[in-house]
Amino acid sequence: MNNHSWGLPVAASTYAGKIDFGIYLIHAAMFGIFVLWGIFFVYLLIRYRQRDGVAAVREDHHDTPARISVPDSFSKFPFAQMFYRNAGELKSLLPDFLVMAFEVALITFYALPVWNSIKISMPDEKDALVVEVVAEQFAWNVHYAGADGKFGRRSLELVHFNNPIGLDRTDLDSFDDVTVGNELHLPLGRKALIKLTSKDVIHDFFVPEFRIKQDAVPGMLIPIWIEPTRIGHYELACAQLCGFGHALMRADVIVETPEDFARWLRLRAAPAPAKPANPSEEF
Amino acid sequence: MSHSESGHHELSFTQKYIFSVDHKMIGLQYMITSMVFLLVGFGLMLLMRWQLAFPGQAIPFFGHLFPADLAPNGVMSGQFYNTLGAMHGTIMVFLGVVPLGVGAYGNYLLPLQIGAPDMAFPRMNMMSYWLYLPGGILMLGSFLMPGGAAQSGWTSYPPLSIINPGQTVWILSMVILITSSLLGSINFLVTAINMRAPGMSLGRLPVFCWAQIVTAVLLLLAFPPLEAASILQLMDRVFHTSFYMPKDLVILGKQYVGSGGGQPLLWQHLFWFLAHPEVYVLVLPPMGIVSEIIANNTRKPLHGYKTMVASMIGIGIMSFLVWAHHMFISGMSPVLGNFFLVTTMIISVPSVAILTCLIFSLKGASIRYNVPMLFALAFLPLFGIGGLTGLPLGLTVTDIYLHDTYYVIGHFHFVVVTGSIIALLGGVYYWFPKWYGRKMNDTLGQIHFWGSVICMCGIFLPMFPMGLAGASRRLYDPTAQVHNLGVQPLNVVSTYFAYALALFQLPFIYNFFHSIWAGEKTVENPWKATTLEWACPSPPPHGNFTRTPRVYRGPYEYTAPGRKTDYWPQTDPS
Repeated sequence: MNNHSWGLPVAASTYAGKIDFGIYLIHAAMFGIFVLWGIFFVYLLIRYRQRDGVAAVREDHHDTPARISVPDSFSKFPFAQMFYRNAGELKSLLPDFLVMAFEVALITFYALPVWNSIKISMPDEKDALVVEVVAEQFAWNVHYAGADGKFGRRSLELVHFNNPIGLDRTDLDSFDDVTVGNELHLPLGRKALIKLTSKDVIHDFFVPEFRIKQDAVPGMLIPIWIEPTRIGHYELACAQLCGFGHALMRADVIVETPEDFARWLRLRAAPAPAKPANPSEEF
Repeated sequence: MSHSESGHHELSFTQKYIFSVDHKMIGLQYMITSMVFLLVGFGLMLLMRWQLAFPGQAIPFFGHLFPADLAPNGVMSGQFYNTLGAMHGTIMVFLGVVPLGVGAYGNYLLPLQIGAPDMAFPRMNMMSYWLYLPGGILMLGSFLMPGGAAQSGWTSYPPLSIINPGQTVWILSMVILITSSLLGSINFLVTAINMRAPGMSLGRLPVFCWAQIVTAVLLLLAFPPLEAASILQLMDRVFHTSFYMPKDLVILGKQYVGSGGGQPLLWQHLFWFLAHPEVYVLVLPPMGIVSEIIANNTRKPLHGYKTMVASMIGIGIMSFLVWAHHMFISGMSPVLGNFFLVTTMIISVPSVAILTCLIFSLKGASIRYNVPMLFALAFLPLFGIGGLTGLPLGLTVTDIYLHDTYYVIGHFHFVVVTGSIIALLGGVYYWFPKWYGRKMNDTLGQIHFWGSVICMCGIFLPMFPMGLAGASRRLYDPTAQVHNLGVQPLNVVSTYFAYALALFQLPFIYNFFHSIWAGEKTVENPWKATTLEWACPSPPPHGNFTRTPRVYRGPYEYTAPGRKTDYWPQTDPS
């Protein structure tokens, strides 16, 4: 497992590597900036400590602005004049320009394209596995459309301890729907389009290994996508304070081969509308 | 002005120490009160740190003092942890650091540094304090309410904050505190604009005054939206309006009664519209303090006075355009995220400029290593860490992973604790002779400094690897999530350093109170400083200056050519 380091969890989605690249790059830059500044800083502290008979040296000894005294330089703000008077100061802004150049490059060539590919452009619903995730205090309810690819109707009136998302089992589309509590199964190598919402307060869908995080907001249906690249068991943890049981709000994420996934889905879709067997509540 | 006249009256104890209209007494009231609140907020954190390091173990000594519903058998419950977390944040930000940086330092020093006899509105100034104190007491008192104090984070995101107990008192208290802050900011602005001594042009104001002016503008413009937003939240809670509540909520199996049609994200926009400028309210006054101490102890003018002032103004303006970088993954349109990414990177430019100027100020200097200077120098690299670690959080892509992890906690604590609080503590050592005419003990100051800096780093540095490992914030039991187990030992390290930090504050507290009465007496201008606050007796009498001072030059004329002494006070006519 050499696809992760620096204490980051294993990378298990297609874009995890892109996010890690940014983390490495920025930290390398931060470290470099800090060390260079640190060396310069320590040098200054030692070189310019107070010593007997050595006075401080002003930077303006050549033009003594104390005498010229420009009291209201802010009321007249001509740039040319400022430039002449502050040539020395502007030179000292060099580090600032360097940092700015780095940031501009980072935004243009990294942040915008990668952000757009992860959060803005979504896979087509026809190609992807569509999953609806309904968060609640303090559980994750996962809803698959089943073989027909159609989600059954959900209704507020049907929300019950045994039916946390209020799935209407009388709806024809719902006959092969699968609802699971605190378990998210995903097939390897296929894009999953997950639509997030919440029944009560704001939760947050966070799977560290996929490097994905998105708030689930009541009243909104927010799409995210994941393409898992590694078979394994991971953890879906709530990352937005959601109440007294927030720390316990977690689910298992199981990435399996497409065949295993299909088998699992078929088994779970066994019709049992009279007594739905998914007590999703951990409390 | 009636100040010279009122100076002759003998003031009663109440008039002098309690309902005082003297900006200096009000400043000291703010100072003591906000430091007490800082200690309270710190104490709450110490309880939380126990739970984070040793989840499920009874809190030693205090555990059984708490009611059984908060801490059954002395073990902290999730609800209690959330309460402590929300109150720690609220107290530290709104009752600790901001009142210390603005209410205490601004009140005491701004009129002195501009050569004014008092604030423009002394009675309004008194009212600011006397709203702040009851507001703070109300906030603390909310612990005694049924259901406990606020427990939805200091950010109070609805719908959680609407359905959780404790929030109503939090809102009422916030409304009082915001009113106090608004009165203060108007007072500061009017004072700085109208009451400068003759010759004190804007270009001759010390950097500290500029920091206070920009801060006052931020407070004045950013707080009203939060006040309005808080009142809407109060309506949602008390009258079941639905400004923030969408329809069809089912809470713990029960349908929520309310009209619906609200939007939870609205609160986040309004809240961060205040709270991002608020970050700069936390940071700018300390930057001003650091600038004063560095100019004085390098014995040369600050490098780039104009750059620094322009940067502060730039930060002030830009701080209103970056709020939604706290909301990249909130469900706000990701397209909007791109805009706030760009503004966030822009605002880092003036911040870097200020740090650069402060570091370049050391070049060619003759650095006096006294206690205040140690604090000011420590500010530079440690605030630097805080600023740098903001980069991966401000960048949308890396924020997807790092958002709401311990990385964020480490980042903003480096900014506010090793940045702001270090500078504010350094300011105490620097201006103490002004406040009481006595000096604080150097040895105790050194112990306090080294102990605090090392412990602060020990607390907050482990948070970066924790965040990189994906450990989320606000978990009352980090071990409940498997992916946190690997970094759990770091929580223990953090906790021990937190307790050590508490111990290292004892020499400071002793030093402070001991020195008020028994410190070594000092002269009027012990640091050989140039700014106006040192041109009047220490402590200054009511009305400050015996004669209205006249200002002849800029604030940092140290080592001026052709002078016998290495400092040239602003009021020196020669």
